[in-house]
Amino acid sequence: MNWKPDKNKPICPQLCEHMSVLIASGEYNPHDKLPSVRDMAISAGVNPNTVQRAYETLEQQGLIYTMRGSGRFVAEDVSVSKQSVKTLRFEKTEEYFSQMEALGFSKDDTKNYVKEW
Amino acid sequence: MSELLRCEKLTKCYGTKTALDEIDLCLESGKIIGLLGPNGSGKTTLIKLINGLLTPTSGSITVCSEKPGPKSRVNVAYLPDNSYLNNWMTVKKIVDYFKDFYEDFREDLAYEMFERLGITPETRLKSLSKGNKEKVCLILVMSRNAKLYVLDEPIAGVDPAARDYVISTIINNYNPDATVLISTHLISDIEQVLDEVVFINNGHIVLQKTVDQIREENGKSVDDLFREVFRW
Repeated sequence: MNWKPDKNKPICPQLCEHMSVLIASGEYNPHDKLPSVRDMAISAGVNPNTVQRAYETLEQQGLIYTMRGSGRFVAEDVSVSKQSVKTLRFEKTEEYFSQMEALGFSKDDTKNYVKEW
Repeated sequence: MSELLRCEKLTKCYGTKTALDEIDLCLESGKIIGLLGPNGSGKTTLIKLINGLLTPTSGSITVCSEKPGPKSRVNVAYLPDNSYLNNWMTVKKIVDYFKDFYEDFREDLAYEMFERLGITPETRLKSLSKGNKEKVCLILVMSRNAKLYVLDEPIAGVDPAARDYVISTIINNYNPDATVLISTHLISDIEQVLDEVVFINNGHIVLQKTVDQIREENGKSVDDLFREVFRW
């Protein structure tokens, strides 16, 4: 799994975020089966209890659902994960603008730069 | 969740030197726990007390509600920091040895893991590299069906790719009824797979928290916090 979590932030929310991006971007489609807790833990290189908690959070948010005995699946309605990607888009953009500001570029400078890109 | 290890005012002195000073510690099942501390902080002393290789100077220690001894050893799988296996032995001979010693040893699982590493049963231990020897020892320990796995520096001697192998072996054998206690100073390699960390310094427990708690409260990784707490 191509995932590099930030070492200074809690792991569980980062895993949730990564999963919602995979769902919103269509990497996982509605009703696709998710890896088991153990397999996910191995491929992400994290603790199985962290994966368990992440899955529970995603289920509460309505991104995935559990079928007793057969595992966890991506929910039909992906609007929730789309919403979390929107939040992420906002955060990333804000981060970029503040980094550019730290380099001495005003908001308008950065906007113009992006336009020319 | 049940309690697997309990220490109350546990103290161990070597002559005039106090290695562990009245520590209180409780570990529950279903977790992967890091025992972290600088050299000479008391990590190995604690591990040896858990395995009944040392006796406490004062205070008490129970493992699965038993005092460390023959009865508690049935529940504890221990990987010492140096190998105790004879170099002339073949892998098969060692597996037979373990099968004989431990009722809970899963032979099929051990051979399956050896095969994945390309180690045949006829291989003699002395023909293996240091890193592969360490992996053999880890496989033997993780092939037991124990309650408490105690790994003393399992990743110290192996390269980064082999560390991933060791870590995935530990995750793969994760069992909600058991707990894995890993002592190490290579924190950044392993902190993502830990539930909880115990910091030990000069014979005292200075911190016991979950990894996400530490990152949340301090805004930094366990590795960074360790460097800050143990700055010299």
